[in-house]
Amino acid sequence: MKPITANAEAAALARPRAAPRGAGRRRRAARFGMLYLMMLPTIALVILNNYLPMFGVLIAFKKINYEQGILGSPWVGFENFKFLFATTDAWVITRNTILYNAAFIATNLAVAIAFAIMLNELRSRVLAKFFQSAMFLPYFLSAVVVSYLVFAMLGEENGFVNNVLLKALGIDPISWYAEPNAWPFLLPIINAWKNVGYYSVVYLAAIVGIDEEYYEAALIDGASKRKQMTSITLPLLMPVIVIMTLLQIGRIFYADFGLFFQVTLDTGALYPTTNVIDTYVYRSFMVMGDIGMSSAAGLYQAAVGLVLVFGSNYVVKKINRDNALF
Amino acid sequence: MQATRAPYSPNAISRRSNALVQGVFWFYTILCVFPLLLVIMVSFTDEMAILQNGYQLIPKAFSLTAYELLFADSGQIVRSYGVSLFVTVVGTILSLLLTAAFAYPISRKDLPYRNGFAFFIFLTMLFNGGLVPWYLVYTKYLHLGDSIWALIIPMLVQPFNILIMRTFFQTTIPAALIEAATIDGAGELRIFIRIVLPLSLPVIATIALFNTLMYWNDWFLSLIFISDNKTVSVQYLMYKTMLNIQYLTSNVQASEALTRGGGTVRLPSEAIRMAMAVIGIGPIVLAYPFFQKYFVKGLTIGAVKG
Repeated sequence: MKPITANAEAAALARPRAAPRGAGRRRRAARFGMLYLMMLPTIALVILNNYLPMFGVLIAFKKINYEQGILGSPWVGFENFKFLFATTDAWVITRNTILYNAAFIATNLAVAIAFAIMLNELRSRVLAKFFQSAMFLPYFLSAVVVSYLVFAMLGEENGFVNNVLLKALGIDPISWYAEPNAWPFLLPIINAWKNVGYYSVVYLAAIVGIDEEYYEAALIDGASKRKQMTSITLPLLMPVIVIMTLLQIGRIFYADFGLFFQVTLDTGALYPTTNVIDTYVYRSFMVMGDIGMSSAAGLYQAAVGLVLVFGSNYVVKKINRDNALF
Repeated sequence: MQATRAPYSPNAISRRSNALVQGVFWFYTILCVFPLLLVIMVSFTDEMAILQNGYQLIPKAFSLTAYELLFADSGQIVRSYGVSLFVTVVGTILSLLLTAAFAYPISRKDLPYRNGFAFFIFLTMLFNGGLVPWYLVYTKYLHLGDSIWALIIPMLVQPFNILIMRTFFQTTIPAALIEAATIDGAGELRIFIRIVLPLSLPVIATIALFNTLMYWNDWFLSLIFISDNKTVSVQYLMYKTMLNIQYLTSNVQASEALTRGGGTVRLPSEAIRMAMAVIGIGPIVLAYPFFQKYFVKGLTIGAVKG
């Protein structure tokens, strides 16, 4: 390692290129060739995993039967989309996806920022670290594990809530998994429980980055803690907040499949309030085998999603070029 | 997350506010840990006690029966652990290699068409063909249904990780260093392996961590591609156990013997289900202190513009 660095520095100083001209071009082509070769496996994989399926969107415009294959099956134009939007499902899954994601974005934002500010103010650094570790834990658990934990709490017969909490309050047990109206409240809580630790870390990093001099000056001016928070911390956090939020809005048409599928235990009774575009696409294809509907819904999601990403990125760009995705 | 100010600076919050904030965090910490503790305790509870009192944090009667039964009939669990370990180790390493080998060239300012290649990857973050065509590619064209490779290949290329790594290469590896090594006669591959990679250990560790977590926690690919019992990962086994406790005891004789012996004794399905969860959660919780420390560091590495 050492000699290479030393040589490198020496050579860098003696910059004026001494490399031979004619043979150089061929050699350069050969050396870039190695770089292109390094990219090759990834390119091949991405073509298989991403680009080939992109051409597959034409399935949404066909009536697929397996005998004729995908290319041989007859075209039906927008027939699949007509069927999809003629059902109430299309409206329900769109509404659910957007409203849940909006609720997730709002709760994550509010709770994470509050936690980040509070973590930063704690007098004991050791405790702050401990709390941060504890609330990061749920983020590392898979959706399947979360479904077990939720079941342990909400299970009808034996769940902790019914057996201990509600019993202590003298309330009759509730069949949570048969009560669709409870889940618009439960899912944002579960989602926040899982993700707030992650977002707090992001916001805490931004708060720690704020120049200490602002606070010193505020202290000399006799500003209260509350005043410091509203006049220094929050305004300086605003760029991060806006960008994190806009990036999430760009993904508002994509739902967290694990949350809506695993955590609800895929319970039919809960579909009216927990069916989102992703679960709909999965169920209509893998469970019902309805290729047309499923691929139409998938394309609908991808197309609207694309518009939203471009839209939110456009806004981010207006605010701060460096934070734009592209 | 180091301290920004001395703990008891004049600007520290009052003792009372501090106590209040601590109270909030203690409450939330309990909220985060409680469900896990509950599951663990239930797995050690006697089945009759569960049926009488429900899931309780302090069991009325302890029992190891659930674990005894699981160990007596551990074929599926051992196999699933094997599947998960294989998928995680092979997936993490392969993905890391591919990510670095793609991120490095597009980080090189002198490489012709590098932006085109970057966009080629980046476009996949903006648009996708959806579940149906993607599924058909893997099952009808690649014939990977029920194969362990169906649990690895689809997640190998993560555009976001490529972006993180590219940014790291661009910001920390001086172009002059590469140029100088070139003049010294080192080939591209040699420069990459001997100079670039050793200087990039922080980002490599971060991406490896992301990959490990992603592969270990994955159940979606199993849900889509796996229908036989040979290739069931730990996460998928947990999912199936939740649906149907019988799935675990493929060897029904053990439970039958138990039932015959006691007469009234039945398969402790509640406790077994939670014991299965504990066995599945175990590795993550044990690795957690290590993980979260580096994960937090990794987040700040990834915080630079993608």
